[in-house]
Amino acid sequence: MSEDSPILFGLYVPPHPQPLLSPDANQGYSNLRAAFETCRKRIEESDADLILVYSTTWPSVVGHQIQALKESIWTHVDDDFHYLGSMPYNFKIDTDFANEYCSAAKKRGLHARTVEYEGFPIDTGSVVALSLLNPDNRIPACIVSSNMYANRSETIVLGKSASDALIAQGKKAVIVVVSSLSNRMFTEHIDPADDRIHSSKDNEWNEKILQFFADGRLEDLSQLSREIHGQIRVQKVVAYKPAWWLASAMGQHNNYQGEVLAYEALHGSGGAVIQLTPSTGSFGDKEFDEDDVEFYQGDRNVLNKGNF
Amino acid sequence: MTKGEIVLGCLAPHPPHLVYAENPPQNEAFSEGGWETLRWGYAKLARKLKTIDYDAIVIFTPHWQTYIGTHFLGLPEFKSKSVDPVFPNLFRYNYDLKVDVELAEAMHEETEKAGIITKMMRNPDFRVDYGTITSCHLLNPDWDKPIVTISSNRNSHYYSNEVMIEQAKALGEACMKAIEKSGKKVVLVSSHSLSHRHFVTEAPLPEDMSREHIYNHSQYVWDMKIIDMFREGKMQEVVDIMPEYTEQTIAETEAGGLIWMMAAMGVPSYPAEIYGYQSVIGTGNCIACWDPNTNTRELVL
Ligand SMILES: [Fe+2]
Repeated sequence: MSEDSPILFGLYVPPHPQPLLSPDANQGYSNLRAAFETCRKRIEESDADLILVYSTTWPSVVGHQIQALKESIWTHVDDDFHYLGSMPYNFKIDTDFANEYCSAAKKRGLHARTVEYEGFPIDTGSVVALSLLNPDNRIPACIVSSNMYANRSETIVLGKSASDALIAQGKKAVIVVVSSLSNRMFTEHIDPADDRIHSSKDNEWNEKILQFFADGRLEDLSQLSREIHGQIRVQKVVAYKPAWWLASAMGQHNNYQGEVLAYEALHGSGGAVIQLTPSTGSFGDKEFDEDDVEFYQGDRNVLNKGNF
Repeated sequence: MTKGEIVLGCLAPHPPHLVYAENPPQNEAFSEGGWETLRWGYAKLARKLKTIDYDAIVIFTPHWQTYIGTHFLGLPEFKSKSVDPVFPNLFRYNYDLKVDVELAEAMHEETEKAGIITKMMRNPDFRVDYGTITSCHLLNPDWDKPIVTISSNRNSHYYSNEVMIEQAKALGEACMKAIEKSGKKVVLVSSHSLSHRHFVTEAPLPEDMSREHIYNHSQYVWDMKIIDMFREGKMQEVVDIMPEYTEQTIAETEAGGLIWMMAAMGVPSYPAEIYGYQSVIGTGNCIACWDPNTNTRELVL
């Protein structure tokens, strides 16, 4: 199975800027920074042609947006953590892949479009991930948004489209999900030295999720996504989607070698750097009755039928 | 020093489509028009603003989202390009604006005294959000007045609409105190749509008005209910119904702007001036203002 996959390995990394801008403010932040560095080296040592990022801090409304501007240059400032400093970036984007991903998504029934505009505001999570994982633009990257209304079927199909596009272009990729685990932050300013996970409940759930990751049980996590959303996600969007996208892009099974490189608090939220590498031998005990989805059919328009 | 005052409160929705449709020189995208009901309404309100004597615009925006307190723009000038992350095809606007830092600091101080978590934003690389730019451009295309942007703390996400309302009220009252102490005449702007369910697809020509309509009838009925209350000056009832309204229509009122403005204005019991209502990519948008001056208050629509 692993020989055929266009995805060499997957990473799960946090979106907050502290590991990039203030790694020394707290031991946890530097542990996360060190984990990013390890992943950077592993990407360098792999023969990846491309880094593909799915970012939960890039919400879209009109379908799925795919970054395609060959030279994406700007200086980004975070809405909350502006006082930690600016994040100048200069990313080399694989425009050909972006176009391929867009058409692969459309072939599977999704509304998708590339964005190719000077000054487009690349989100904090993507800027942090690409700055730390690919600092010299050694290989090109691509970024895909997370539609705020999309739910499971749409996200599964979006993940499969990523794999389609890689296969079509014969490219090997490292794929990166940018997302917190528990995402509840402290609502006041804190001394970074005092940072900790917001609550024991969030911490316990994070630990449980990390066990699944460490065991390579990606499909099990995908199937637990709705539960995770209810338990430890602030309800900003309709669902917790990263595991859906990651599993459908990499393969919906539990045959992965999992490694948790770091798990730390980021202003109260759960930040983890995790690597999943396709392997052999299944582990997992979840079986699921929600249908697998190959093609997105769109909304069912139940609201318009309710009046009859 | 004379006591400062709020001379007008505006509900000013910020779909970037409206700036796109106007084709101002600052915006890179080109359109064939669209959404005239809102644009003509904005033009009329902008003409009214020209007749009013004021020192600054204070705007509360849902598109500077902060989770750690309420933040205020805190540098005298911002010049850059704002590209809408959701509609970059429509909005790539070169802005050059002035901030009334003194007023921002006064509101920051008063808000802090009221026990609200706050922060001044002093990073010169910060990009001003497109909500601020769209509403301010449409209300004052000459950009000849300084502004203060207030971020929206996302209490609705973290807690509930009820908590959001409590916090937005406290913020509004604190801002009012600061304005009174400043001696300035201030226009408040609450920048947002009403019902806020978007279509997730876009017509090949976004300004094709044959494709534009409200997302569903339920959103429309709720929007009309709220606008009727605006007309009748029942703003306390609007405040009371807000949690239900916001939940039922996933309204952009979730950010707290309208409650903030109403609280700062002492929850008006006089009729609002209505300048237009129209959908933009399925969302419901109303332009309205509350004029405390009985001599200039009009029945517009
Ligand atoms: Fe908005």
